[in-house]
Amino acid sequence: MTQVAEKEILLNGTQAVAYAAMYADVDVTAAYPIRPYTEVMDTISKLIADGQLDAEFIIAEGEHGQFEIVKHASLVGARTLVGTSGVGWLYAMEAIVVTATDRAPVVAVIGNRALDDPGAYGVEHNDALMVRDVGWLLVWVDTAQEAFDTALLAYRIGEDPRVLIPVGVSMDGGFLTHSEQIVRLPDRELVKSFLPPYDRGKLRVHPDNPISVAPQVNEDWVTEIRRQHDEGMERAREVIKEAYESFKKTFGRYPGTTRDITMPENPFVEPYMVEDADVILVGMGTVSKPMKVAIKNMREKGVKAGMLRIRWFRPFPAEDVMKYLANAKVVCVVDRDYSLGSPFRGGVVYHEVRSSLYDLDERPKVLSFIGGLGGREITIQDVEKIIKIGVEQRDTPLTRHTYWVNVRGDPW
Amino acid sequence: MTENELEKEERMYKSIIKTIKQAPLEEFYTSGHRTCQGCESALLMRYLAKISGERTIVVGATGCMYVANTTYYTTSWVVPWVHTQLGGSGGAALGTAAALRALMRKGKIKEEPINVIVFCGDLGCADMGLSGVSNAMTYDYNLLIILYDNESSANTDIQETSMTPYGAQTSFSRPGTARRIMKRRWKKNVVPMIIAGHRNVRYAATTSPAYPLDTLNKIKKALSAGGPTFIHSLDPCPKGWDYDPMYSHELGTLAVETGIWPLYEYIDGKIVYNEPTKGIVEGRIKRKPVREYLEKQGRFSHFVEEDYDYFQKMVDEMYEKWEIPGVMPIRSVELARK
Repeated sequence: MTQVAEKEILLNGTQAVAYAAMYADVDVTAAYPIRPYTEVMDTISKLIADGQLDAEFIIAEGEHGQFEIVKHASLVGARTLVGTSGVGWLYAMEAIVVTATDRAPVVAVIGNRALDDPGAYGVEHNDALMVRDVGWLLVWVDTAQEAFDTALLAYRIGEDPRVLIPVGVSMDGGFLTHSEQIVRLPDRELVKSFLPPYDRGKLRVHPDNPISVAPQVNEDWVTEIRRQHDEGMERAREVIKEAYESFKKTFGRYPGTTRDITMPENPFVEPYMVEDADVILVGMGTVSKPMKVAIKNMREKGVKAGMLRIRWFRPFPAEDVMKYLANAKVVCVVDRDYSLGSPFRGGVVYHEVRSSLYDLDERPKVLSFIGGLGGREITIQDVEKIIKIGVEQRDTPLTRHTYWVNVRGDPW
Repeated sequence: MTENELEKEERMYKSIIKTIKQAPLEEFYTSGHRTCQGCESALLMRYLAKISGERTIVVGATGCMYVANTTYYTTSWVVPWVHTQLGGSGGAALGTAAALRALMRKGKIKEEPINVIVFCGDLGCADMGLSGVSNAMTYDYNLLIILYDNESSANTDIQETSMTPYGAQTSFSRPGTARRIMKRRWKKNVVPMIIAGHRNVRYAATTSPAYPLDTLNKIKKALSAGGPTFIHSLDPCPKGWDYDPMYSHELGTLAVETGIWPLYEYIDGKIVYNEPTKGIVEGRIKRKPVREYLEKQGRFSHFVEEDYDYFQKMVDEMYEKWEIPGVMPIRSVELARK
């Protein structure tokens, strides 16, 4: 039954999200060009032109306008798609924050890109991470299949009345936005049963429901409203689990699973060879590729290495991180971002992981590796070196917290 | 003119009310707000809600008409109302109108006309919001953007904006011993910018809450014109302009009678002058000296003779030298035709 209208086609990461939006029958999309996310909107525009998608396609005057458009469309009850990259995301920052605080469950694609200046098109995660504290659900995908599946999931999770929070789907600029892979597209009828219509209920802006949205609350209410938002974020954990289970039940495969990849059944993280590992790598996005190869290579040399790829960064899977990393001796967090001036000069994910492990009775050492900035490749050799450093630090008292991968002028 | 256009024009004019007694009694902007005594912008809000009626969504950009009107639990809006960020007016208008269109077309909500009105102040429309407002004017969604212009950033204690008149005192432009005039740039001329740059805008107008019937009808016409429309309202502000609140209407009419604030409509390529401006342009009414208007406001109290003279000269030019009096500062049409 599930196989009837399923098909496989070649799509890159951005196209995969556009297809997911088509399957989700989005109503309003807002575009503005910036590399490398733009092909999401190129594709949406063509799908509309070809009559495959019935949606309003608005080209904004800038990213701020883009996010204002979808926020207001979402408040009226429309399902929306938006997206941007790098400084575009920052240009929209004010609108992005209120999208979350107005509880508008838009889905935004972030083709991760380094921030200016100096200019760089390549991937860096600091763009999307700018909103880590202000109540967006944030997820990093690794393959075009995962991009498609996660975008569908994002509508289901964000629009759930227990959540009503926008979802940022991040993908590595270049490595995923522009690499084509075989994607399994599900039966459209099944998508309808997986994804109920978006219903804001009592929060819908319409003359039949004359509410005032986002009034002045000042110190009287802002604490309670932030707390409600926090509760929604916390409830999202259960809703995410339900949605992944429902996805599997509906489509007969776990999200991210393709002909070649079987995804372990955990929505929040992808554990890889962690069971017996004493050096475990942690990262987000496509860095998992060189990590997996390096782990296999190092295991042939007798090093017990493993990987934990963080998929959902908000809400952060602290419990899974504890569970999978508890028995490691050393955790090497590879950050495609930086947090200058932070404790031990570490990356953003490093701090999240380190904090999550604090309550363990026996904590592994946690090392921060900052690399792959501006789209620089993190090679298999780089990861092997990271593992070797992990092994060295395992056997001695900790001598250093943070390493910059392949940085000129600072041997690592 | 095609039949369709005729129909539209007819619809627009059929809706005009002849006397204030024909205005709807029901109010959709009511108690609960905290605007100042004599606030003309609050009056404009009342007009727009009254005339647009129940089937309306109002969006308001940050500004005093946000802060003063929507204290939590005491909202003054009977119709649905949504806040948008200071630079978000255009995007909010587009997003709201696009959502309604898509949801109606796809059968997700009932098909019916729903007015989309976005109001924004000096900053939200003429400064930070300008590119977004301009973008909204290039699409064909039915929406009305209203600039409520009180000539300063009134919500943050009266700072200079691009809409502040020449020479006026604000907390960013206080006269000092070395420099008497800190605000030296001339006020931005917004409606001509909209009509010159956006061909599918079928209706745009200037207005003043001191002329209630004119204002009500302009909002009505804008809402029935179809497509994106624009209204710029000059709203005297007792706090920002420094005068007794009882003179709000008087200053509103003086702004028009001195020629500083011409009232006109742009309808499908035609300029139609309204109220005293009509008589001024046709030469039947003599403009009052600008001094009569300026002297009544504390913000011009530092003016000396040469400032009045300069101001008068600039206003005279609007009517004596411009090809389209009071509207567009173009002087060379005849030269170009030769």
